[in-house]
Amino acid sequence: MAKYNEAPEADLKGTLICVFLVGLVIVVMWVAAYLMYTAR
Amino acid sequence: MHFHKYEKIWLVFGIVALTIFLGVVGVSAFSHDHTPAGGMHTIDPKKVNETAPFDKPGVTQLDDDTYQVAIVAMAFGYTTPEKLRVPAGKEIVFHVTSSDVVHSFTIDNTKVNMMAVPGQITMKSYTFTEPGKYLILCNEYCGTGHHMMFNEIEVY
Amino acid sequence: MIAAQDRKLALSNIGVAYTAFLLGTLCGLLQVFIRNDAIQLPAWLDYYQILTAHGVLLALIFTTFFIFGFFVTGMSKSLGNFGPKVRLVSWIGFWVTVIGTVLATAMIVSGEASVLYTFYAPLKASGWYYVGLALFVVGTWISSFALVSHYMVWRKTNKGQLSPLFAFMTITTIILWLIACLGVVATVLFQYIPWTFGWVDTIDVELSRSLFWYFGHPLVYFWLLPAYMAWYVIVPKLVGTTVFSDSLARLSFVLFILFSIPVGFHHQLTEPGISNFWKFLQVMLTFMVIIPSLMTAFSMFATFETAGRKNGGKGLFGWFTKLPWKDIRFTSIFVAMAFFIPGGAGGIINASFQLNEVVHNTLWVVGHFHITVGTPVAMTFMGLTFWLIPYLTGRKFTKAMQKLGFVQIVTWSVGMLMMSTAQHVLGLLGAPRRTAFSSYNNHASTLEWFDGIISSHVTMAIGGSILFLSAMLLIYIVVMTMFLSPKAVKEKDMVEFPMAESGKASTPKFLENWWIWIGIAFALIFIAYAIPLGDMIQHAPPGAEGLKTW
Ligand code: HEM
Ligand SMILES: [Cu+2]
Ligand SMILES: [Cu+2]
Repeated sequence: MAKYNEAPEADLKGTLICVFLVGLVIVVMWVAAYLMYTAR
Repeated sequence: MHFHKYEKIWLVFGIVALTIFLGVVGVSAFSHDHTPAGGMHTIDPKKVNETAPFDKPGVTQLDDDTYQVAIVAMAFGYTTPEKLRVPAGKEIVFHVTSSDVVHSFTIDNTKVNMMAVPGQITMKSYTFTEPGKYLILCNEYCGTGHHMMFNEIEVY
Repeated sequence: MIAAQDRKLALSNIGVAYTAFLLGTLCGLLQVFIRNDAIQLPAWLDYYQILTAHGVLLALIFTTFFIFGFFVTGMSKSLGNFGPKVRLVSWIGFWVTVIGTVLATAMIVSGEASVLYTFYAPLKASGWYYVGLALFVVGTWISSFALVSHYMVWRKTNKGQLSPLFAFMTITTIILWLIACLGVVATVLFQYIPWTFGWVDTIDVELSRSLFWYFGHPLVYFWLLPAYMAWYVIVPKLVGTTVFSDSLARLSFVLFILFSIPVGFHHQLTEPGISNFWKFLQVMLTFMVIIPSLMTAFSMFATFETAGRKNGGKGLFGWFTKLPWKDIRFTSIFVAMAFFIPGGAGGIINASFQLNEVVHNTLWVVGHFHITVGTPVAMTFMGLTFWLIPYLTGRKFTKAMQKLGFVQIVTWSVGMLMMSTAQHVLGLLGAPRRTAFSSYNNHASTLEWFDGIISSHVTMAIGGSILFLSAMLLIYIVVMTMFLSPKAVKEKDMVEFPMAESGKASTPKFLENWWIWIGIAFALIFIAYAIPLGDMIQHAPPGAEGLKTW
């Protein structure tokens, strides 16, 4: 797809860290639930 | 359509994580038999009491290591002739159906959480590790007495 | 300002929505106290009757009417005022939906329909309850049809152009809704109505459940997508920037059409009649529908970071402090988004095949949907309400109302945090959902569940009471901005519709070729459902007779 009109790559380091925090919540919650499942 | 470099990193991470989740549950389910309750057998909901194994509800020993428990759920209780008692460390195969509306057969603190659907037979295999008295309850709304629908299973 | 008649239409929808909200949250308050064994109901009133009303009024009526109010306003704003035909059809749709609502509610109130909003057969409510629900759906179809024709007129006069983002997303949501409703319409029309009116004796229970859940999952996306619309289209304007990426916003929306429908079996993971193969296939498809939400999370943070940096935020997180925190229209939606992080994560757990056994039909699920639809969606709608009603009535959103708005949002957040955390924990311990107070004959397990500080009925009851207080504050704000606040005369008092700009210069045109997406959606539905439903029909057991067990 043509790239001409898009804004140049913005500085989104903070965004990257924030989404990875979201990812961390997802992974931690999931692993905890999985461990609970196996413990039953 | 242009993805920011970081968005690509994030989506790759997300997709890999989701794939791992699916892989873990998939392998555990299909190669270690940890599938959720289910089953493809049907039954005439009006003839439950005449149809095996529900004609003799309760615990039956199948062989040295396997027991079968047949349960009919109905508003608002479970038909079991005597107290339910099963041994720890043996495979228990639960067969559950309903003779009226939808219920559940759920044993607290275990993986046994089965829907009881009229016309269908639900099966679940489970091995208790700890002896004790476990609460059985219905967690699918079935009518005014739903919260009074419970029983107990003793593991020895 | 949009045409006065369009405003009236939108306001009528919002008015019905908040009437349902008022009654529904009152039921919620009663529920937490009944579960706490703090009140005893009179003989003519039953916990499950109240719970049915709560589910129907909040999850179906409040959401749907609010969504149409929002759509009408936004479509009129972005595509121009409605023509006379569109307006007429919209009103017909509105009234049919209202009649359906009133009929279903009357049946619940009269005690003839204590079957909860999922109405699982063979619980048998009065036939008029199902007729009411059917009218409700048909009404929304008529309203949808009006919005689609308004859009088609725009497409005709603007040949070859991509439509404005708001309109695109409205149409996506409507397509999703129309395809989703086919399932519930099929079961209500061909199974429930003939059975409840006595034309046939029995009903195929498993088939009715499967058709219901074919509808039930996309139903939750029908609530969520309008909230996402606010996040994509309104929020950037509030924080002072433009839509982060027009093309990715559109892409994520069409992915929802594809993947939110062929996944209903994830609500039926612990039941018989569906083989593990088909259950797992739909679990995999469910995981696909997470991807557009991951994209949305990125877009939101990127929007905040871009805006914050533009306003002088420095360093890794300086932008965060530069967001318009004093603007309740923004803060409310931001908190709503925050609730969706654990909410979405919990959803992944629910859908994880056998892990579902741990949570299925426990209070965890109740906690889950209160931090998905009950807060991320509902609180986004609250955030919209603060400007939407004054925008439509031409009244001021006064300083006092803004302050009250903050109190309302804070109390909702605190109440929900308490109630939903208690519910999540209780659910993991094993406490069932949809269950009036019961100690199961003082069974040791039960006593253990409710022993904790968080996992106690008290926490749930306090949370629920704070929530109800918050709901009443909101009702006050709604009434004020609808009828009583002073009219905005000066330019600066006028409340605007904050619609962000969205650069579509590099957005590919095929994204708006609906037939592609509808085609793929039906192909996926066919793959996921044709064989298991075919088997279910072919190997159906003798049907079940209906019962009124309440
Ligand atoms: C005052 C605020 C609220 C309170 C106190 C409250 C309380 C409750 C409680 C205690 C239950 C569970 C009952 C049970 O399973 O036994 C429940 C169920 C439910 N709530 Fe709420 N709630 C509130 C607001 C909302 C909102 C805003 C929504 C959605 C927009 C919502 C949607 C639902 C749904 C769909 C159910 C499930 C009904 C069913 O199981 O059939 N609630 N609520
Ligand atoms: Cu029950
Ligand atoms: Cu779902």
